[in-house]
Amino acid sequence: MNAPNIARPLPEPTAESRPYWEGLKGHRLVLQRCAACKTPRHYPRPMCAACFSLEDEWFEASGTGTVHSWTVSHHAFHRGFKIDIPYVLLTVDLADGVRMVAPLVELVDDDASRLTLDLPVVLDYQDVSDKITLPRFRIDG
Amino acid sequence: MTSLRDTAAVTGIGETRYLRGTEKSALRFTLEASLAAIADAGLTPRDIDGVIAYASGAVVAEDLLTNFGSEDFRFSATTPMGGASPVAALQCAAMAVATGVATHMLIPLGRDGYSGGRIGRRVGAMRQFRVVSEFEAPVGANAPAQYYAPMARRHMALYGTTSEQFAEVAVTMRRHAALNDNALMRTPMTVADHHASRMIADPFRLLDCCLESDGGAAVVVSGAERARNMPRPPIWLSGMGVGHPDSPSAITQRPDMTRLGLAKAAPRAFEMAGVTHDDIDVAEIYDCFTYTVVCQLEDLGFCPKGEGGAFVEDGRIGLGGALPTNTHGGLLSQAHVVGLNHVVELVRQLRGDCGTRQVDGAEVGLVTGYGDLGDGSIAIMHR
Repeated sequence: MNAPNIARPLPEPTAESRPYWEGLKGHRLVLQRCAACKTPRHYPRPMCAACFSLEDEWFEASGTGTVHSWTVSHHAFHRGFKIDIPYVLLTVDLADGVRMVAPLVELVDDDASRLTLDLPVVLDYQDVSDKITLPRFRIDG
Repeated sequence: MTSLRDTAAVTGIGETRYLRGTEKSALRFTLEASLAAIADAGLTPRDIDGVIAYASGAVVAEDLLTNFGSEDFRFSATTPMGGASPVAALQCAAMAVATGVATHMLIPLGRDGYSGGRIGRRVGAMRQFRVVSEFEAPVGANAPAQYYAPMARRHMALYGTTSEQFAEVAVTMRRHAALNDNALMRTPMTVADHHASRMIADPFRLLDCCLESDGGAAVVVSGAERARNMPRPPIWLSGMGVGHPDSPSAITQRPDMTRLGLAKAAPRAFEMAGVTHDDIDVAEIYDCFTYTVVCQLEDLGFCPKGEGGAFVEDGRIGLGGALPTNTHGGLLSQAHVVGLNHVVELVRQLRGDCGTRQVDGAEVGLVTGYGDLGDGSIAIMHR
């Protein structure tokens, strides 16, 4: 995505989500899982819905996955994204067992027409401020 | 076990004129619509002893009590399910009057959705969107069109659903709106017009998206005994239900993003009502996007999952078809009052008051709500 000249909404990490955002800052994908039954979960939250444990831990995920669905945004509902349209938002099944939504890196040529379910993608990172790095995906290969 | 079936009825309905551009506040629209519904029920504002205000709206119950000068108010609730709230409120109101906690419940809704803050601004302030606000808004998903488009895209990829089928929904709603003098969009639309409209969030084009509008609607729900002795024929609430989809606060994490909360609510409502799909003469289905109608037809059980696209073809959901749907024009072409306009329309159809858009002999119908990333609600009614 291009450098925005209008402020975009930035995440405000919480006590629950801070390890995730700190991981991205270091260009690593760090995800939450249950400390008791090891079920991974995203987005971060206090309780495991599989076993109701309130104990969690964090693990470094692979960041590889496949396309679960997508949309191509042609209208900017927030002015900060106007310079990017059209842009692709991917919903990705991570190999690590949860999904993420993130943009596809800058659209070139017929990237959008290459999109299919199960297309392999790999996570990439975009530093958007001193504190925040956002996820994005590249088509794998 | 007791059942809510036919223990309450809609006894009054009201609507304002729908507009795109106003100086009026959401509260003023709420009060105008409420007065109309209360008068239709043959009541005065002080007869209302319970209110279900819209949980995501600007107006709270106290606003109504203050303006009504209410002295004997007995029950206040909200049904926080976004666009599924008004139909969910019917069940809550029925519970209140069937148990004698309240006598006449008012479900009002007024908004300045066109002239006030638009949806892209509104969702960020809603607590139920807290998760998507932290994790999805920063990467560019800022409005419902962008949240729901991946559901539609996956449905298309899995089941072969097409934009032509989405267009069929939009064109049908527009054809119905042309028969409704309180509909905002009445200029005839063709499939070609739909395809020529600009892309918003692929696969949604402009004409796949509902309107933003200003206005209000309201209904009164009363208990069975009272309802039989009120001026208008009671429209009975025979089956109701609500349901949340799995992963209710993030579509991204939903095991099956083509299945909505309605899939859980609908069987409960049909069982409570004791009717089958063949009994349904008219349907008012929450249509924030064309796809949402296709998906709900499946989740309601009118066809198997994946066949909603084919279901809407060949005029099946149009007046004169097997399942006339959104006979007022819906959110797509009438107005957006969070689907309370769908409730009003179903009552009108079952009263036989719909004039040129009347479904002949309509005796049983259903209305659905959809909101907050997939919550569902349903009410089956009969005359």
